[in-house]
Amino acid sequence: MNNATASNASAHANLAIKAECRNFGFHYGDFQALKDINMPVYDKKVTALIGPSGCGKSTLLRSFNRMHDLYPGNRYQGEIIMQPDNTNLLAQEVDPIEVRMRISMVFQKPNPFPKSIFENVAYSLRVRGMTNKSELEDRVQHSLKGAALWNEVKHRLNDLGANLSGGQQQRLCIARALAADPEIILFDEPTSALDPIATASIEELITELKEKVTILIVTHNMQQAARISDFTAYMYIGELVEFGVTDQVFVKPQKKQTEDYITGRFG
Amino acid sequence: MFTTAAIVYILVKESWIFFEAVPIRRFLFDTQWTPLFDDAHYGIMVLLSGTLTSSAVALLVAIPLGTIIAIYLSEFAPFKVREIAKPFLELLGGVPTIVYGYFALVFLTPLLQKIYPELPGFNLLSAGLIMGVMIIPYVASLSEDAMRAVPMALREGSYAMGATRLQTALRVVMPAATSGIASAYILGISRAVGETMILAVAAGMQPNLTFNPAESGATITSYIVQVALGDLPHGSIGYQTIFAAGLSLLLLTLTFNLLGHWLRKRFREVY
Repeated sequence: MNNATASNASAHANLAIKAECRNFGFHYGDFQALKDINMPVYDKKVTALIGPSGCGKSTLLRSFNRMHDLYPGNRYQGEIIMQPDNTNLLAQEVDPIEVRMRISMVFQKPNPFPKSIFENVAYSLRVRGMTNKSELEDRVQHSLKGAALWNEVKHRLNDLGANLSGGQQQRLCIARALAADPEIILFDEPTSALDPIATASIEELITELKEKVTILIVTHNMQQAARISDFTAYMYIGELVEFGVTDQVFVKPQKKQTEDYITGRFG
Repeated sequence: MFTTAAIVYILVKESWIFFEAVPIRRFLFDTQWTPLFDDAHYGIMVLLSGTLTSSAVALLVAIPLGTIIAIYLSEFAPFKVREIAKPFLELLGGVPTIVYGYFALVFLTPLLQKIYPELPGFNLLSAGLIMGVMIIPYVASLSEDAMRAVPMALREGSYAMGATRLQTALRVVMPAATSGIASAYILGISRAVGETMILAVAAGMQPNLTFNPAESGATITSYIVQVALGDLPHGSIGYQTIFAAGLSLLLLTLTFNLLGHWLRKRFREVY
C-alpha cells in the first residue's frame, strides 16, 4: 500500500498536505483495529474513506480528533501529523481539546443539543469563551449561511434545534461544526440517516465547503464517494488497501480487491 | 390504587368531622396551634411553618450536594469508582430515619452549639441538615440515572466541538436531563415534607410559628406522631386534628407532585 500511495502522490505533488497518517495503528484494548496506515489528507480537498463494515474507516476518522480518548482502554500507534505546524495530533502532550478546536466533526445521526437553533451554533464559540453578543450573532449567521440553512431558520432562531427536520438538523450540525472556523471537518456517514433529497443538499454543501476547509468523509455509499470526493481511500480489515485520486480509484483501481468492492462483487 | 383511595377516603371523612367543629378559616389563618389546651387554637400555619422551614434547610443541603455527586458520578468518575460509590450511596438511603434523628440530637446539635451557644437542644436546623443528608442519596441517584440516560451521541457532539468535561456536563448533559433531574428534586421535596422521625426526635415537637431554623418547632408529621401516640380519646376534636393535619400534608405533597409532573412535561427532551 505504500507503493500505491507513492505512485499516486507523484501525480499531484503540487497539492499541499493538510494532515498525514504515518505508520498509524489503533487498538481497542487488545484488539488491533487499524495497522500501519500511511495516508495523506490534501488541503481543501474532499477525501473519502470507503470499505466494508468493520474495516476501521470510522475508527480512523475518529482518531483525527482524538474521540477515542473519551473511552478507556484505547491506544494509538504511530503519528497523525497536521500541517502547517507539523504537530503530531496523537502526542501525549497535545491536549485533545486543542485538537478538536482545529478539527471539527459531523456525526452519522444528527445530534443537535437540547438548545435553540442559535445556541446550537453558538455552542462551539461559547466553549471557546466568546461572550460578545453581536460577535456571536455575526458568527452564527455566517455559519448558518455557510451550511445553507440561514434562509430556512432566520425567523425562528429561538426554536429548539430538535424541531427541525432530519436534513435541517444535519445542516445545523454542519453549521455548528463550521462556527469556530475549523481547519478540517470530519464527516462520519453524514447522510446515512437522511432521505435522498436531504442527502443531495448535504452533498452539494460538502462540495461548496471544500473551498474553505479540508474534508474527510466516511461513507458507505460508493456513488456518494464518487460524486463528492477528490481522493478515495479503500480500507479492508484495518488496513489501507488503496489510496488515490477518486476518478482513478473508481475507473482503474490498482488492486483487484478494490475493484471487486467497487463493482459490488464483494462487500 | 385501592390503598390510595382508602387513605383519601379516611382522611376526608375524619377531617370532615373536624371541619364541622372548626371553621376552615380558623384552621388556615389562626396563628396558634394549641388543640390540647382549654383555649384551643387550630392554626395549621404553625405546623406548616415547621415543615417548610425544616424542608428548606434539608433541600439547601440535598439539592446542591446531590446534584454535584450526580454530575461527578455520571460524567467524571472512573468506571470502578462509580461501581463502588453507587451501591454505597443507595445503602445510605436505607439507614433507618430514627438513627439519623438521634444522630442529629446527640451529635450534630452539640456540635452546632459550640458555634452558636444559644441554639436550643431541640431545633429545626440540625434536624433539617441531617434530613438533607438523608435525602442526598435519592437526589443523587435519580439525577445520575437521568444524566446517564442522555445519549452518548450528545456528549460526543459536545466534545467534538472542543468542549471540556465540565462544559459538556453543565451545558449539554444537564439541560438534556432536566426533566429527570426535576423529578429527582421533587422526590427529594416529598421526602423532606413527609419525613417524621428525625423531626420528632431532634426538632422538639413544640408548635411554633417561625421560619427561623435556629428555633425548635413541630411539623405536621411530628405532630401527628405525638397525638397518635398520646392518650387523647378517639373521636375528640383534639384527636380529629391529626386527620386535618394529614389531609393538609397530602395536599401539600400532591401540589409538589403535580408541579413535578408539569415540569417533566414542560422540559422533556426529545433526543
